[in-house]
Amino acid sequence: MTAAAGGVVGVLALQGAVRPHQHVLEGLGVTTTLVRSPDDLESVDAMVLPGGESTTIWMLAQANGLAAALKHRLDGGMPALGTCAGMILLAGTVLDGRADQGSLGALDVAVRRNAFGRQVASFEADLAVDGLAGPPFHAVFIRAPFVERVGDGVEVLASVDGHPVAIRQGAVLATAFHPELAGDDRIHRMFVGSLAG
Amino acid sequence: MTENERTTGTQLVKRGLAEMLTGGVIMDVVDAEQARIAEDAGAVAVMALERVPSDIRRDGGVARMSDPAMIEDIKAAVTIPVMAKARIGHFAEAQVLQSLGVDFVDESEVLTPADESHHIDKWAFEVPFVCGATNLGEALRRISEGAAMLRSKGEAGTGNIVEAVRHLRSIRGDIAKLTVADSAEQFEWAKRLGAPLPLVQEVAATGKLPVPLFCAGGIATPADASLVMQLGAEAVFVGSGIFKSSDPVRMASAVVEATTNYTDPVIVAKVSRGLGDAMPGLEIASLQTTFAERGW
Repeated sequence: MTAAAGGVVGVLALQGAVRPHQHVLEGLGVTTTLVRSPDDLESVDAMVLPGGESTTIWMLAQANGLAAALKHRLDGGMPALGTCAGMILLAGTVLDGRADQGSLGALDVAVRRNAFGRQVASFEADLAVDGLAGPPFHAVFIRAPFVERVGDGVEVLASVDGHPVAIRQGAVLATAFHPELAGDDRIHRMFVGSLAG
Repeated sequence: MTENERTTGTQLVKRGLAEMLTGGVIMDVVDAEQARIAEDAGAVAVMALERVPSDIRRDGGVARMSDPAMIEDIKAAVTIPVMAKARIGHFAEAQVLQSLGVDFVDESEVLTPADESHHIDKWAFEVPFVCGATNLGEALRRISEGAAMLRSKGEAGTGNIVEAVRHLRSIRGDIAKLTVADSAEQFEWAKRLGAPLPLVQEVAATGKLPVPLFCAGGIATPADASLVMQLGAEAVFVGSGIFKSSDPVRMASAVVEATTNYTDPVIVAKVSRGLGDAMPGLEIASLQTTFAERGW
């Protein structure tokens, strides 16, 4: 649908749920490419940062210079969608991370890792998300983070028990849950739709 | 926003965690210090156990679930998911592990089986399970019992990749053949595999297992990790291969980098350089006990 207008969407492919995101994006007619190195980043117009282990992804991105290259592109206004670990990577501040864990600072928020608890507390819930037409979004939370402090200019699109779990700041959209696993492409449509404009 | 009703322990959140670990390395650790080394190296999860498989093999005797105190130490030491092993069929050990809040239970042939004909009913648990498989029939039986992740059994504690390769090729090869079987042939496949027909039909239609397939059993070098990823494994378990090598800190990082960049031999070469000795290896024919034959 918005393929040509949206350009190429890169999917960060160092570790994690890369293929489910690619699958949803390709279902929307979007051209995707996997991004593992700074060179891979040059051909993309926007990025999806999937879920996975944020400590692992950050370490690998630091090691080959991809973190710095991503930060440079994001500072320059590149649109991005981050889910779960991707939200953590995009945040300004990471709480309950490793001592040496940095982040890309594209969202003026503090995000707490594993904020809902360990795997046995992982859950599904129907969620009202601002800007999505139709029924509630069926959201899948896996050892999920939530947002603890929100800066000016950050829109909160959805919350669980008062904790923001879907946010947007400029061209950057992030969810604590996994829209790529739910069989509902509305969050991806919202992101892809924003690229055309 | 009002209150959100939460549903826990679903197939989606169980398989979802398995999906989040793809592309990563899960390392066996026996104490908090090893767990920190694993996390520092970029492991996506650790497997907490008292003895790595090569030591279990050497010591003989009955191998059981680890001491809860040790599992709790490891949980406290790292922020990444913590897995632990229960004996095949030992649902009481699995109940204990779930109560400890581990993130994944491995119903593992590396421990001594507790039941000669029944695996654990994994649907009865909130915690997700990973199980080993040597072929597609075994894989689908484990999924029918509720496993959220599969791994090759390989031959743990040998540092010999040949069995894991055999298992991966068998599972992936049969999946490929199944995709060209017509509907009548699928009945025969179900019978031959000893697997539920609906799962056989699902695999025939999608060309893949409904849960992620990881590799375990015998990975000892970065090139081993690259090999099995290229053969279709979605992530790797490294048991004895890290902490029985001569330089565990470097070996751990090297296997992580090789797993991420498994298609790039230049990077695999770079991380393999000057790594020191990999774990001592064993010929499969010389083994007194083959773990892979445990389970059915």
